[in-house]
Formats: sequence, structure tokens, C-alpha cells
Amino acid sequence: MKRFLPILIFLAIGIAFAIALTRDPRKLESVIIDQPFPDFSLTELNDPNAMLTPELLKGQVSLINVFGSWCVSCNVEHPVLMDIAGNETIRMVGINWRDDRAKGQDWLAKRGDPYDVIIFDPESVLAIPLGVVGAPESFITDKTGRIRYKHSGVISSSEWTGTLKPLIKRLETEP
Amino acid sequence: MRYLLLFLMLMISPPAMAQEADIETRARKVSQSLRCVVCQNQSIDDSDAPLAADMRKLVRDRLKAGDSDAEVIAYMQERYGDYVLLKPPVQGNTYALWFLPFVLLIGGGVWFIRTGRRGEAS
Amino acid sequence: MIAELGHIALIMALFVAGAQTVVPLIGVYRDKLSLTKFSVPAAKLQGVLLGLSFFALTLVFVGSDFSVKLAASHSHSAKPLLYKISGVWGNHEGSILLWMVMLSGFGALFAMRSGALPDKFRAITLAVQGALGVGFLSFILFTSNPFERLNPVPVDGQGLNPLLQDPGLAIHPPLLYVGYVGFSLAFSMSIAALILGKVDKDFAGWLRPWTLAAWSFLTLGITMGSIWAYYELGWGGWWMWDPVENVSFMPWLIGTALIHSIMVLERRPSLAHWTVLLAITAFSLSLIGTFVVRSGILVSVHAFAVDPQRGVYLLALLGLATGGALTLYAIRAKTLFSQSGFNRLSKDGGLVLNNILLAVATLTVFLGTFYPVFIEAISRNKISVGAPYFDLTFAPIMAVLIIFMGAAPLLSWSRGHWGQLKSLGYKALMIFLVILAAAFVADINLLGAFGLALGIYLAKSVVHIISKRLRWNEKTQAHSARLARKQPAQFWGFVLAHMGLAIFTLGAVTMSVWSQDTIGRVKPGEALTVAGYEFTLGQPEGGRQDNYEFLRAPVVITKAEKPVKTLTTSQRFYPVRNMVTTEAGFHFSPAVTLFAAIGEGTPQEGYILRAHYQPLVTWIWFGAILMALGGFVSLLRRREEAA
Repeated sequence: MKRFLPILIFLAIGIAFAIALTRDPRKLESVIIDQPFPDFSLTELNDPNAMLTPELLKGQVSLINVFGSWCVSCNVEHPVLMDIAGNETIRMVGINWRDDRAKGQDWLAKRGDPYDVIIFDPESVLAIPLGVVGAPESFITDKTGRIRYKHSGVISSSEWTGTLKPLIKRLETEP
Repeated sequence: MRYLLLFLMLMISPPAMAQEADIETRARKVSQSLRCVVCQNQSIDDSDAPLAADMRKLVRDRLKAGDSDAEVIAYMQERYGDYVLLKPPVQGNTYALWFLPFVLLIGGGVWFIRTGRRGEAS
Repeated sequence: MIAELGHIALIMALFVAGAQTVVPLIGVYRDKLSLTKFSVPAAKLQGVLLGLSFFALTLVFVGSDFSVKLAASHSHSAKPLLYKISGVWGNHEGSILLWMVMLSGFGALFAMRSGALPDKFRAITLAVQGALGVGFLSFILFTSNPFERLNPVPVDGQGLNPLLQDPGLAIHPPLLYVGYVGFSLAFSMSIAALILGKVDKDFAGWLRPWTLAAWSFLTLGITMGSIWAYYELGWGGWWMWDPVENVSFMPWLIGTALIHSIMVLERRPSLAHWTVLLAITAFSLSLIGTFVVRSGILVSVHAFAVDPQRGVYLLALLGLATGGALTLYAIRAKTLFSQSGFNRLSKDGGLVLNNILLAVATLTVFLGTFYPVFIEAISRNKISVGAPYFDLTFAPIMAVLIIFMGAAPLLSWSRGHWGQLKSLGYKALMIFLVILAAAFVADINLLGAFGLALGIYLAKSVVHIISKRLRWNEKTQAHSARLARKQPAQFWGFVLAHMGLAIFTLGAVTMSVWSQDTIGRVKPGEALTVAGYEFTLGQPEGGRQDNYEFLRAPVVITKAEKPVKTLTTSQRFYPVRNMVTTEAGFHFSPAVTLFAAIGEGTPQEGYILRAHYQPLVTWIWFGAILMALGGFVSLLRRREEAA
């Protein structure tokens, strides 16, 4: 029996590889789910004098999207966000991350602004507590301001209609 | 020079220089145990990535605010999960990782003593 | 046109490799000498064809022919010639072609140098080599064709990743690949030996030179990689336990075990199973090392999912090669003749222990590297395994290894006795006691002191063995010199390799425990102080060169007011890739390495400056190079022994 040991160990490793490699790493659950939105106090991108706090997330379901003018994939995602903003009533909150205020404004001016309000976070003060790794990343909060969903990477139209939109509809029926 | 200015603007903000040498030493130690989540197996202390710079700053700020080293590490772990710890925690799903090497080392030693003979040559 | 010729050469090589696999095996099966002999010219032809194909790809890069997709995405007309050439293997397709060139090169070399080996053994070895060639040539042709054309043709290429624009890249991967691929012969020969039931003394003798050569090149390759990472990344790390490094380290560890188990098998029919399994494992880990990294499985699992075809193919290849070999082993294991016993207190016993410890060490590195991948596969958790893990697991295993490594070579083969250890034992005890006591009194890091004691003990043991062999204390100098000339090359190989590890240990321990660094924002004229060295920033200047723009500043280092050296450090910006790199300025000396790296900043606010003090870091690489040298020297054995 001993002579079969090497091949058995190898098979176990091979199978583990095969399973590991077909997984989509973006589907990993984030520890941030079901946590209250982290506390912050940051300015609005377009108004350096307006201070924003988690209060703004209370009372309605929000889609929060992390973006930056330096982020290449954000260009890919942008049309989808514009589409959502044009057709849906969901409130959209942007987090302009690690950006320059003028560049962020310029980026949106050129492409259109899908957001209802934009949190300006140049030093990751909010991004780190949110556990942000890269842009784009998106979160959905419920009416109490609790994080219910995290999406890493670009939101595609099919992911929007298949996953995010139904979740938002469900959250909107919650008290 | 245009590009130079561009990249200077893109670059990191200055890390907060801790007032006390003590905080600085602790911050370095904590930073060395936290993974730069956008890098390959580098700690945030080693990394030049912008996010790592921001995380270093946050570590210092929290230490200055009175957090203990463990509290700062726990803070990061709550946000980024076990992934942010360069030294994986010893828990259910890492027992094999931590103990298998030693189990095999001891097993190998036992095998060596049992299979090997003393004295006479074969 | 050149690209098409290269492509055709590859296709022809695939057919040649196919024939090289099938024809000799039929010859062995039917006992037809003419058919088995076919393997030799086939292997040579395959080598020539791949050489031509690689030459063609190099011409494409040097000639900046951007109608070839690979050159367009990884080269640029404004690049220096050296980087146009090294750019050939600075990407997935080109590096796999280089790998394949080496594989066929080893096949051709074996064909030329194996005239004295039995026909069937030679034929099967080359047939397996051919089968590996079929696997990887078809992989290249079907999933990673480096000669693919691009339409429309871009005006210029996208350039090479600036981090890879370095002389280090020109030599690091080729050396590493010679090492990796060199183990393919150990693999193929083991299969031949299993099929023919010839895992014996002769087999060990045939295996030995190829394994030693592969191991030595792998040692050099890993060392170059470490040096390259050290000065190119410029943040003071010579080894970061990164998965990419780990996968090159695992075949090295197993290869080291293999070299030692061959020594036993060469003398008596023992460790036959081990030797075959180690040979198979060494090459399997090399396969994982090359392709798993290249396909991005480890760096980011996502990269793999993007191109599933490539990944599935690689996994299938690995499964066929390793799975096939291990299945063959399971079938043929009964036919191997191996004595199971050994004397614990003997050189043989020491070598068995060496094998156990190195195997456990390899498994530890394997666990540390792949555990996160496996955890993700079975649960949804994501964990990291970094340097702290390896410090707590791998390092203690190595410490145990070094303790036995100092003692075992003193014992005789088959039957040793305690008396042989006595004289060194007392000295060793003294070394540990004195160093640890001194460290305790002087309040020095005890673990660091223990590490130093290990290194010194190992060095002392090597010196002790030399003096015994040459009878320094008993005979005249002339007599010792005569004895020295009589020693087989293998002995000097042992001396170099083990002394190399001693020096390496001293360097690695000192560097990890006593290096210091600081980071600060300084204006020109201001200084940072590290370990008594003052790093004063000079006036930065900007400019443009080759394919990048730079911000460059001198850093004047002084110690106690005396000038040590003036370094130059810079930041480079590569517009083609939109990427910034840091070029640290170094001061290397045998005892201390100092370096500084500049970061962003303005003249008003000051610039970020990192200053590092790193004692004995050069010993790490010097020791590693000595180890490689030991391997090369051992290769000279046969002729010397005959004399």
C-alpha cells in the first residue's frame, strides 16, 4: 500500500489545485458585511465646505461606489453607473478615493456624474475602515446605514440586473 | 517635466512622523506584521504602494490616539479579515499550517530512530 | 518572414519530439537497436530547431518588428539593445519558449554525452524527454504562440515593465531555467530506471552529474534573483517569502536532498525509493515553479480564471507528467531492490536525516505557499502567510539541519562511532556556550547570537574535517599539501558547499537581526542618521534619459564626520508604461552595506528619504555562490578519482 502513497498525495494536491483555480476570488465574502458603516467626516467632492458623515446613509438604501480618476477599470464601469442613475431611483453615493479634487471633478465633468453625493477621500481615511483594496468597489447599505453587500471590481450590467438590483429592491421593503 | 509633476502629484502623502520615538518603533513593528493588501506578500512597512502609505499613517494615528499594538492589528483585521495578517492566526483552519511541519518533523525523527540501527553496520 | 520561420521551426520541433517519443519506445519494446538509436539524432534535431526558433524571436525583438503581437506588447523601439534581447523572455510566451529551448537543449546534450550508457536506458530517457517536449511545444503552439501577428501594426511597442529593465533580468531567468529544466533529465532517467528495473549504483552514477549541474545553476539563478530584487526593489529585502520565490526554492531544497541521497545509492543499494521519488518531485516542483507562476495562479487567482484554457492545459500537463511518473512508481516499486536498514550513527544515517529534514522543510515551504490557495478552495476565507510564519517554522528546521550537518560528515560510512564526534563536540559546545554567554552579558539578541553560533559551528566543523583529512597536526606541511592534491574533487565540492552555507547563515542571521533603517522627510542639506552613519541629502535634479524621466539626488554618507561614500539615488518615471520606479544608491562593502532611496517631495517640503544599514548582507550571496561553486567542483570528480 505504501507504494501508492505518493500518487495519492499528488492526486489530493492536484484536486485541491483544480478546485482552487476555478473559483472566482471576487466572490469572497468580506468581513465588513452586516457591519454598520464606519464613522467618517469628510468633505463633498464638489463643495470643500460641506462636511459629510454616515448620517447621510440613514433612511434609504444606497449604492456606494469607490472610484478615482486614476482608475482604469472605472472607465469601463462608468457607463453602467450612468445607466443605473438614469433609470433607477436608488440613491448613489460616490467615494472619490486617493484622488486630486480638481482631477476627480474633471473626470466626472467629461463623462457625466451618476452620483447624488460624492465623498472626497484623498488619504484613505474612509477607504481603509471600509476594507477597500482597489477601485472600483461598491457597497450596498440598508435604510439603517448598515453594509449589506460588497462588490469588488467592475459592476457589469448583468451583475446589476441579476444580483444588485434584486437585493436593493428587497432591502427597500425592509423597515 | 510635465510627467514628473504628474507623478509627484500622484505620489504618497508624507507619513506622519511620530512625535515620540516609542510610537515610531511600535508603529514600525505593527506595520511589519500587516500585509499590504495590494502587494505580493509585502508588509505595509516595506511597500511603496500608496494604500500602504495610508495604512501606515492610520497605524500611527491610532497608536497616537492611545490604541495598543494589538488593538490596531485587530482594527485592521476587522476591516480586511485574516488576509491582512502576515502571520496567520492559530485557529481551526490553520492548525494544519502551523502544526503539520512539526508533526512531520517529530514523525521523521521517530521513524529515523526506529528504522535505524545502532552499532553494527549492515 | 522571420517570425514565420520561427513558427515553422516550432511546428517541426513538435513533430520531431513526437517521433522522439514513439520510435525509441517501439525500439525498446521490439528490441530493435536501429529504432532505439533514433532517439539520439531526434534529440539533437529538436535542439537545433528550438535554437532556430528562439533566434528568430530574438531577431523580431531586436529588429522591433511590431507586427508580431508579443514584441508590440513587450518591447519598444527606444529600448537599449540589451533590454530588447532580455525582453524576449520578459513575458509569458517568450519565457516558456526559453524554457522549452532549455528542455530540448538538455535533451540534445544528454544525447551527445550518454554514449557510454546502455542503449535502452538512453532511448527511454530521451523518449520521456521527447514526451515532455510534445507537451510543452503543443502548449506553446496552441495557447501561447510567441509568433502571433498583429493587425493593424502599431507604430510603436508598449515597452517592457521598467522593473524588468535591468541586467539582472538578462541573467536571472535563464539561470533559473537551466536549473529547473536540468531536473527534467533526473526525471526522465528515473522513469527509464523504473521501467528497466535499474535503480541501482550505476543509475546513481548517471544521475549524479546532471543533478549536480541542475542544482548548481538553480542555486545561481535563485541567488541572482535575490540580488536583483534587493537592489532593484530597493527596500532592503533579499528574500521576502513571496510565493514566486518559494516555488523556485522548493525544487532547490528537494534537489539538495536528491544530491545527498544519490551519494548513498552510489555506495550501496539503499534509499533507492527515496532517490527516484526525489528526482520525480524535484522536476514536478520545477514545473509548478515555472508555469504556476507564469500563468499567474499564485500571484492572483483571478489572472488564471481570465484565461482558463491556458491554466487547464498546464494543470493537465502537470497531472500527466507527475501523475504518470508516480503511477509508474506505484506499479514498479516492488521491483526496486533497496536495503531498508541503516546505521543511525554513520554517514549514511546522517544522509537519511538530511533527506528527512529537507523533505519536511520543503513541505513547510509548500504549505506556506499554497495553504492560502487551498483554504480559499474549501472555505471562503482568505489568509496570508508571510515571513513571520517561515521564521517560526522553516528557520527552526534549518537550525536542526545545521546541527546535524556539522556532525554527520565526521562519521564513517556504514559504521561510525561516538569517538569521531568527540573532538568537534567539545569545541562546538564551547562555541555555543561562549557566544550565548557573551550575548547574555552584553544584552544582545539571544536568538541572533544562537544563529551566529550555528554558522560559526558549521564553519568550524568544515575546517575540522579538512584538517583531519589533510592531517595538519600530525604531518609536515608538504605531506598535507600532497594529501590535499589527492582528495577527490567531490571533497572540495563538499567543503565549498558546506562552507558556503555557513557563510550564508552568518549573513542571513546578522542581516535579519541587526539591520537598521529609517525613513524621513528631509530637505537638501539635511540628514538622517542610522547606526552612526549620517545620510545627507544633496541637491536633487530632474532630467530625461533613454525611455524615462528622472529625479536624481546625491546622498553623502559620513561616519563620525569622516566621509564614507557619496551615493546617487533616483526615481524614474516611464511614460510608456505610466510607471514609477525607485533606484536606490548602494555602498557595498564586505562588512556593511549602506543604501538610500529617494521618494517623492518638493524642494520646499523636503523629500522622502529611506536610509538603510545592513551588516553582512553580501555574505548571503557570497555564501550561496560558494554553494553553487561547490556543485560545479564536484562535477569534476570522475577524472580526478581516476588519476
